[in-house]
Amino acid sequence: MGYPHKPHPKETLVLSKHFGEADARTYKGWVKRGGYEMLAHALTMEPARIIDSVKESGLRGRGGAGFPTGLKWSFMPKEKKKPHYLCVNADESEPGTFKDREIMRWTPHALLEGAAIAAHAIQAEVVYLYIRGEFTEPWAIMEKALAEATAAGVFGAIKLYLHRGAGAYICGEETALMNSIEGKRGNPRIKPPFPAAAGVFGMPTTINNVETLAAVPLILKKGPAWYKGLSLASPKSTGTKLFSVCGHVQRPGNYEVTMGFPLKDLLYELCGGVPPGRTLKACIPGGSSVPILNREETESCLLDYEGVVEKGSMLGSGGVIVFDDSTDMVYQIMRLARFYAHESCAQCTQCREGTAWTTKILERILSGQGKTADLDLLLDLAENMTGKTICVLSDSCAAPVVSGIKKFKQEFEDYIAGRRKPLLVA
Amino acid sequence: MGDELLNLTIDGVRVSVPKGTLVIEAAKQAGVLVPHYCYHPGLPVAGLCRMCLVEIEKAPKLQIACATQAAEGMVVRTQSPQAKSGRMGVLELLLINHPLDCPICDQAGECELQDFTFQEGRPATRYSPHYAKRFNPVEDFGPDVLYVPNRCILCTRCVRFMEDVAKEPVLNVSERGDRAYIGIHSEGRLDHPWAGNVVDLCPVGSLLSKDFLHKARAWELDKTASICTGCSQGCNVTLDTRENVIVRVRPRSNLEVNRFFICDHGRMNYRWMNRGDRIEAPLVRRGGELHATDWDEALDFVASRMRGAGGRAVALVSPRVSTEALFFARELFRGLEWSGAFQVVMGEEAPLAGVPNLALRAERAPNASGAELLGYSREYAAAVATAETAAVVLVLDEPDIAVRTAGALIYVGTVLPERARDAQAVLPIANVAEEEGTYVNRDGRVQRYFQAKSAPGMARPAWWVFSELVTALSGGPGGHVGTAAEAFDRLAASVEAFRGLSYAQLGFGGAPTPVATVVPA
Repeated sequence: MGYPHKPHPKETLVLSKHFGEADARTYKGWVKRGGYEMLAHALTMEPARIIDSVKESGLRGRGGAGFPTGLKWSFMPKEKKKPHYLCVNADESEPGTFKDREIMRWTPHALLEGAAIAAHAIQAEVVYLYIRGEFTEPWAIMEKALAEATAAGVFGAIKLYLHRGAGAYICGEETALMNSIEGKRGNPRIKPPFPAAAGVFGMPTTINNVETLAAVPLILKKGPAWYKGLSLASPKSTGTKLFSVCGHVQRPGNYEVTMGFPLKDLLYELCGGVPPGRTLKACIPGGSSVPILNREETESCLLDYEGVVEKGSMLGSGGVIVFDDSTDMVYQIMRLARFYAHESCAQCTQCREGTAWTTKILERILSGQGKTADLDLLLDLAENMTGKTICVLSDSCAAPVVSGIKKFKQEFEDYIAGRRKPLLVA
Repeated sequence: MGDELLNLTIDGVRVSVPKGTLVIEAAKQAGVLVPHYCYHPGLPVAGLCRMCLVEIEKAPKLQIACATQAAEGMVVRTQSPQAKSGRMGVLELLLINHPLDCPICDQAGECELQDFTFQEGRPATRYSPHYAKRFNPVEDFGPDVLYVPNRCILCTRCVRFMEDVAKEPVLNVSERGDRAYIGIHSEGRLDHPWAGNVVDLCPVGSLLSKDFLHKARAWELDKTASICTGCSQGCNVTLDTRENVIVRVRPRSNLEVNRFFICDHGRMNYRWMNRGDRIEAPLVRRGGELHATDWDEALDFVASRMRGAGGRAVALVSPRVSTEALFFARELFRGLEWSGAFQVVMGEEAPLAGVPNLALRAERAPNASGAELLGYSREYAAAVATAETAAVVLVLDEPDIAVRTAGALIYVGTVLPERARDAQAVLPIANVAEEEGTYVNRDGRVQRYFQAKSAPGMARPAWWVFSELVTALSGGPGGHVGTAAEAFDRLAASVEAFRGLSYAQLGFGGAPTPVATVVPA
């Protein structure tokens, strides 16, 4: 993406083209860059035509699940009998992910324009932008941008509201986010009903990620065929994707590449590789909730929805966490489990108790008190925590545990056998 | 819901259910109880304990039976290895933070966590004894409710009851993850008139009744179907008896009357059933004093006084006695110039907001409608005035007898009020827990109650006492009534309002009277 680094020649600057340009944050500056042209045009279009374009472009949700955006919009009732809502998920709280934050910081109007177009496409009169509570700077920028654009009257009849989260990871889950907007505890809801039938305030609702919506004006501007053409590997994954790279690389940050870009090139060329004298050990390619890849898998992985699945993980939110050979994988996995144990909403038994128990077992292994049977127990617990709960927080805790034990078993065994010095005090 | 029936197979049993039925309810029809905690038919579905995991053919993963609607051709397996292992996993997780203090827990013996763990849980935990269990101190939630957070499995039935049924949301889930517990509003108390239901709803021993605390073990209790005497609503209840003492009243589900709930007034209204100062033998006046005697002499004594009485008779009855007793008391005066009346204690009405037509009624009498249907009037003061000059005055279990009479006063009751010592005869009767009978609630529904304990001494059901007197007065054998069933059927045969009803058909759920609904005064 460039900022704060210079753009790398291998990047494809679409969403991040104007990152680093302070002027782009203002309404005037955005209009100068061609902003809000497509919104004005879209508001004259049949909603169904917009949905068709987005369907044709192959755009898929950038929040983690990768659901086709146009298809999601088409689930909204065609004949409008109740108020429709659009929720924008700007609760970006997945550890290792910080791309939406940059979109809001540098190109707030791209998000607002995309959101307004989407609202028109799904016949929503109200848009709620749910912004993560810790995002103080993006919040201030979004507030200003919204005030300016609203004053300029670009949104027509569509009303946009910012809603600030209070710092719960689970409020990034779509139905928990809706409960939170309603002023309730941020608990995920059982589905069905799906949001398109009964979402926020029980009304038909669509919820999209920031990065997804920011791409929408460009798709309308340059045409779905252009967007669809941005694909290096699988034709099912199109466009560009912002990857937030953190951990043991020399140049961490956000990088925008075309779908299907090799993960190896992203890490070694764009990010400058691991620190000198170190070697790559592992990588989490899509935010903390996805399975860990080992070095071999990482270096042969193509960054699109299909490519990462092929390696046994998921593209997720595009939060790439890199570990070099100095990393204690047992500790890293324990830290992730501890995070999920802290953030579990406490509804489902498997998640409430399972995340905490998993953390305790991992802590015990790290304190040198582990038993050989603990590894099987962890895997069995993970099995119980996968695919059995309301939302996927529990699955997210299980994923790194299972992949970690599978791929780095030796490290666990070293702690258990006493070959490694305990890291924690029991 | 509609008339459309769906056919599905549950554990090999084919059942047909109306559209909209949940799999967990459909399974009951197949004779299968899917283990569950958060689900309760009287509460909105939460789908969060994940205990009712079942396998449904063609579904990619296990589904929860409580939030899945039955569909045509659906094939459900509750006992497949995957489903059992899924539920076993939930049970193990529920137990890691649950203390194994069953020996001192009031819920033991009627605990759903105990039952389902016994049924399909792991024989031993894999949770290391070195890990501390979650600990939070016991909290005082309200006048009758204690919260023991350590036993809580966060099923949120209590939260949903207060929020969606009582509509007084004072409870919530506080904190997150395994630190979560049920919180109470910082300025609130669990003192809603129906709050006690959270104790019944709690599937474990986390919400406890202070009234029942450490009073009995569940397996020592005999359970008897009864009707609450607290007001004219006629809530169906279960009387829990331990060694001839009523120790607890709990709701018994009746979708037509009280669904799954009773109010706290009714719940606490049982101590009088255990009163010790009861009349244990019939008393007759001889030489200016009351003397204990046997039933033969007592019945002869009363019959002879009545036979000789020419003139007016007045019956002052309690609206808390059985319909059968009220019927035979009336029969007693057949042929005489007769008037009967009752008075009703009034209180404050307390509705349960989330359930239509369910309230603690202002009229605190279980059988006022029955008395009215049998011709007793509410003109109590007038009847008391008439009694002054009446030849015979019968008082039926009305402790508040402000009656003066020149005639013969017959007192039939459970206890002996001071004023009743002037009576010519005192006949001891059983109270509601000691006999069988029926009440008619405010909506005209006839409901049976059953005998929970034995009556003290020689006390007999009031319907027996009056039917024997009727037999004695009519002067021949063959009229004896031996059971409450016979008593009711006699009543149904001769009183238009009850025509066509039979005691057997009333069963445990009751039935509406055939005549138009009684309009409450």
